[in-house]
Amino acid sequence: MNWVTHYNYWIVILLMMLGFYTIIARGNLVKKIIGLNIFQTSVFVLFISMGKIPGGVAPILRDDPTTIYSNPLPHVLILTAIVVGVATTALGLALVVRINEAYGTIEEDEIHEQDRFF
Amino acid sequence: MIAHLPALQIVLPLIAAPLCVLLRTTRLVWLLAFAVTVASFGIAVELYSQVLQYGVISYAMGGWAPPIGIEYRVDQFNALMLILITAVATVVLLFARTSVAKEVDQRRQPLFWAAWLLCFTGLLGIVITGDAFNVFVFLEVSSLSTYALIACARDRRAITSAYQYLIMGTIGATFILIGIGLLYMLTGTLNMADLAARLPGVTESRTLKTAFVFIVVGCSLKLALFPLHLWMPNAYAYAPSAVTAFIAATATKVAIYVMLRFFFTIFGADFSFGAMPLGQVLMVLSVIAMFSGSLVAIYEQNVKRMLAYSSVAQIGYITLGISLATTTGLAAGMLHLFNHAMIKAALFMAMGAVVYRLGSCRLDQMAGLAKQMPWTMAAFVAGGLSLIGVPLTTGFVSKWYLVNAAFDAGWTIIPVAILGSSLLAVIYIWKVVETAYMRLPPADQKPVQEAPLALLIPLWIMVAANFFFGIQGNLLWQSVLQAARQLSGEI
Repeated sequence: MNWVTHYNYWIVILLMMLGFYTIIARGNLVKKIIGLNIFQTSVFVLFISMGKIPGGVAPILRDDPTTIYSNPLPHVLILTAIVVGVATTALGLALVVRINEAYGTIEEDEIHEQDRFF
Repeated sequence: MIAHLPALQIVLPLIAAPLCVLLRTTRLVWLLAFAVTVASFGIAVELYSQVLQYGVISYAMGGWAPPIGIEYRVDQFNALMLILITAVATVVLLFARTSVAKEVDQRRQPLFWAAWLLCFTGLLGIVITGDAFNVFVFLEVSSLSTYALIACARDRRAITSAYQYLIMGTIGATFILIGIGLLYMLTGTLNMADLAARLPGVTESRTLKTAFVFIVVGCSLKLALFPLHLWMPNAYAYAPSAVTAFIAATATKVAIYVMLRFFFTIFGADFSFGAMPLGQVLMVLSVIAMFSGSLVAIYEQNVKRMLAYSSVAQIGYITLGISLATTTGLAAGMLHLFNHAMIKAALFMAMGAVVYRLGSCRLDQMAGLAKQMPWTMAAFVAGGLSLIGVPLTTGFVSKWYLVNAAFDAGWTIIPVAILGSSLLAVIYIWKVVETAYMRLPPADQKPVQEAPLALLIPLWIMVAANFFFGIQGNLLWQSVLQAARQLSGEI
């Protein structure tokens, strides 16, 4: 295992943990969504790293048969995952808007406080 | 036409969903949704009979041959799953028309049905596809629409539980995505059959083990395995009743399907249960789930929440069967998967009928309800008997095979645990029965009428299914056993 050349994976792990920590530790519903985004982004970076081949160029067909191409498939997969991520964020934020309308707050503990009397 | 049935299974509801948004008239939208669901049911039955006749169906989506293109692959197990999803959807949809009209805002209803069809599409897609990444895409299609469906209820707590489910569900789905990514890293393919062929060469790799763990945790979140079930009770309790009946019977079951597909088809039983300690971990968690779920259910005052906790326990039975790592254990778990879907659909529909009249399903408000709503409560009792596992009901059949499978695998303590957890089920079902049949209604409460026939007929169809498959216990068992043999590679 080469620690330095795999620095992209360390960044992935760091981002993943940061995002995860934000989801768990923050009580603000918007901040949780931001955490979720960071978490998902780390996975995007993981996939994109996979497609990179040392010395590889953008996968556009050239005449030279010795050309090494990067693998485009993980990039395409992650385009799909980004769309899913955008949809999740949009839906999450829409829910936060409605929570704010219904409770007048987006702090988790205050919402629990209000619901306790039902 | 016949050759394209696997594609039509997905495409029909997928196209109908945006049409719902365009039609805008609730009545027409419902009719469209119903027509599409019935057609899907027909396709699922036809696919199953084809699989029985000609063996596994492989369909190249868009004409791109697998493993490069996306493959739809129908074998006995997922053909049965398709029938389960479409059958439950058809019955619940009959029920939902009246129930949703009362529980969801009038102007949101066309959009509600669009989301419903998308959820339906997603569930079918997860089951039918033979491509690992496609599983993730359909998983998100169904999950995102489920969050929206839950948030459609009038109770404001529905929105917070939808939010909670969104956070947990997305983490689960992303874990599965990481697992799939790592598998792709190792093998360079996403096709399930191709993955299965290439993975045995790399069983010692740490990447493979990491991928396995990510997928197990992701699926466990989605199927609400103890201790990852925290999103479920609130989501089930506050969602519109029809949505609860639908997702309780299908969404968690489909997550179990995904898990089984990964364990057996992709990683292979030797790796999942041999190289990794899956059997032991799953067994311990299942037994804890069976007891903790039932115990919490006993103290629950909201009957929908009670049934949700009971689902945690019942999912424990299913995963317990799987954890035995024998073909009969797997088949018993799968049988309970189907039976539990029928049981919970019936029970949640009964509660939907109660909510339709009472506007709530809290125990204290249900006192003396059996006099006012005899048919609804009788259906609840019938479903409850099946949940407990009284002979002549489906619940009995699956517990019987589960106990047998446990003895065959050499476990004598497991049948005791199954019996103990069933006794706890007697307690919480009895609590509802006692309240509804033996207490007097609260003095300040206006008496209510029996639920309309539009709710009672689908409810009793589901109850009848419980008894039909209970009396004809061997019918489903034989199909499931064959499917289990095919899944574990015995034939």
